[in-house]
Amino acid sequence: MTRKQKHLLTRILVAAVLFLAGSLLHLPEYVEMGVFLVCYAVVGWDIVWKAITNILHGQVFDENFLMTIATIGALILGEHSEGVAVMLFYQVGEWFQSYAVSKSRKSIASLMDIRPDYANVEQDGKLVQVDPDEVQIGSVIVVKPGERIPLDGTIIKGSSALDTSALTGESMPREVEPGMEVISGCINQTGILTIQTTKEFGESTVAKILDLVENASDKKGKTENFITRFARYYTPAVVFAALALAVLPPLITGQAFGVWIYRALTFLVISCPCALVISIPLSFFGGIGGASKIGVLVKGSNYLESLAHAEVVVFDKTGTLTKGSFAVSEIHPNGMKEEKLLELAAYAEDYSNHPISLSIKKAYGKKIDNSRISNVQEIAGHGVQAVIDGKSVLAGNAKLMEKEHIKYKPSVSIGTVVYLACDGKYAGCIVIEDEVKEDAPAAIKLLKSSGIRKTVMLTGDADAVGQKVAGRLGLDQAYTELLPADKVDRVEDLLKQKSEKGKLVFVGDGINDAPVLARADIGIAMGGLGSDAAIEAADVVLMTDEPSKIAAVMKIARKTIGIANQNIVFALGVKFLVLVLGALGYANMWAAVFADVGVSVIAILNAIRAMRVKQPNMTA
Amino acid sequence: MKKTIKLIDLDCGHCADKIQNAVKKIDGVTSVSVNFLGQKMVLEAPDDKFDAVLAEAKALIKKIEPDVTVKA
Repeated sequence: MTRKQKHLLTRILVAAVLFLAGSLLHLPEYVEMGVFLVCYAVVGWDIVWKAITNILHGQVFDENFLMTIATIGALILGEHSEGVAVMLFYQVGEWFQSYAVSKSRKSIASLMDIRPDYANVEQDGKLVQVDPDEVQIGSVIVVKPGERIPLDGTIIKGSSALDTSALTGESMPREVEPGMEVISGCINQTGILTIQTTKEFGESTVAKILDLVENASDKKGKTENFITRFARYYTPAVVFAALALAVLPPLITGQAFGVWIYRALTFLVISCPCALVISIPLSFFGGIGGASKIGVLVKGSNYLESLAHAEVVVFDKTGTLTKGSFAVSEIHPNGMKEEKLLELAAYAEDYSNHPISLSIKKAYGKKIDNSRISNVQEIAGHGVQAVIDGKSVLAGNAKLMEKEHIKYKPSVSIGTVVYLACDGKYAGCIVIEDEVKEDAPAAIKLLKSSGIRKTVMLTGDADAVGQKVAGRLGLDQAYTELLPADKVDRVEDLLKQKSEKGKLVFVGDGINDAPVLARADIGIAMGGLGSDAAIEAADVVLMTDEPSKIAAVMKIARKTIGIANQNIVFALGVKFLVLVLGALGYANMWAAVFADVGVSVIAILNAIRAMRVKQPNMTA
Repeated sequence: MKKTIKLIDLDCGHCADKIQNAVKKIDGVTSVSVNFLGQKMVLEAPDDKFDAVLAEAKALIKKIEPDVTVKA
């Protein structure tokens, strides 16, 4: 609690005791009135004071003025206990609002508590703690176990496991060793790391993410803007209605003024739009906070709103649905065991660092004994020739086989094929493919089950490869062999086909997809760890690169919009109902206090729900 | 020049709106946005006028919401 909140709470408690004493003890009338007046002064003096100073500043229609008029009016009409109670409950509501808002501010802030406090820099042989802002590019910093990495950089010395959960929502620690890039905001868990920084603090990942999230609530959605505009007209409208209610009916019907003034005062109590103006932005803020908890950054409430209305999801293939790295998918030996063929291939490719060779070595997985290899020759555009265990081995594409007059069986598999020959005899082939991400099939399934009408894939890759991936994942449509400009045209076509209200989402891995990301209603980028361009270009960034998070963030978006709408309908509904009942004389000031304070409290509690997010279920 | 200013103890949503509308009307303000949940105000004004604008904004906020402490 802040000092201001504590202070108000004390006043409320003192006033509540006085109020109970005044109402329960059977005091003589003038004593009772005195107790109520003291109680009113204790709990409401600042409201009255603010009302007076604001009028002097030329501001009339504020809630302080309204509450003052309503409560003093009630006191004058002889409704002492009601007048005091309204002020008391109004302050309880104010206190609760302030408390709930600062509480949720704190819990959202702790979700994003990734700001590093210091960096350890070596100066004259001693480690000194300095502000990360002051560390220059290329400086050497030391991060001890348990500390947060303050700046992006490359590891020079040491290996460790990093907790990246604050950035990605991923609970699995990431193993790092010298030569690897690390990003700021991760927590070093096990070993001491010596890091050479590659960015200044202002440019580092952690600063960018913080900036993005802090400013997300500046981009207001339609619902939020509606509420702000609405609030501007609502209060004056209710005040004028109250005035009319106090004056007109008595003049027309000749009834006593007292009854109608009382009804008008109940109007004033309901006139504050607090429940709406606080709970709607709070819901969106909670939704954005909740999304960041699962490693998804949403850059504004407007995008959250659009996501809730997504209809078509268009994917880029490489890097988005597939890992963009190669892996052995099929092994077809000819007259030997699979392992033997893989071993031959791994040994033959040992000297190469080509992605294809790396994937074969990774599939082989055992240490390679260099002494068994000799006479390695690279044949440009064809493959490699080597002597392994005294046997002449050829590994390469179909052209190599033809060049060496080897009788081989052309593969029907889709992907990159490496053919092998041993001592002039065909030994078999290995097929290498871009791997589909583990959660990609689940991602498509989840999207479908959450009501996405159409899923489309766009790729520059060969038709056979593209169609195979699309078929395996269950996408509705796939356009292949596209140039970057073609992708924009396809998205334009899809935009025309979708319904008026539905939104088109494009998911890409950032840099090369930038034009399409911009053209789509919502651009979602695979942020990857530390990919700047992606973080900047897109409206939504998936920090873990997992496509299944798209369905998860859509769910959050729908829930948030749902909560915001519930609050609008509930708050306006109750207020309107009490206004009508009040005008007819069925609702007294107690009902009005509920319509104002009670509704605010309930709406705020409802808004806080938007923040609660379960970890997405990958198995769909 | 653009500057983020903290508004401590800003805890009512439409006070934020009131502050934003009032500050917007100060002569020389290029743009202003009050973020209620972030308890801050991003104020933009030409360099030569910035200090004067900021001083005026502070006075205005004090008038509108006496409880709010402005920290530049």
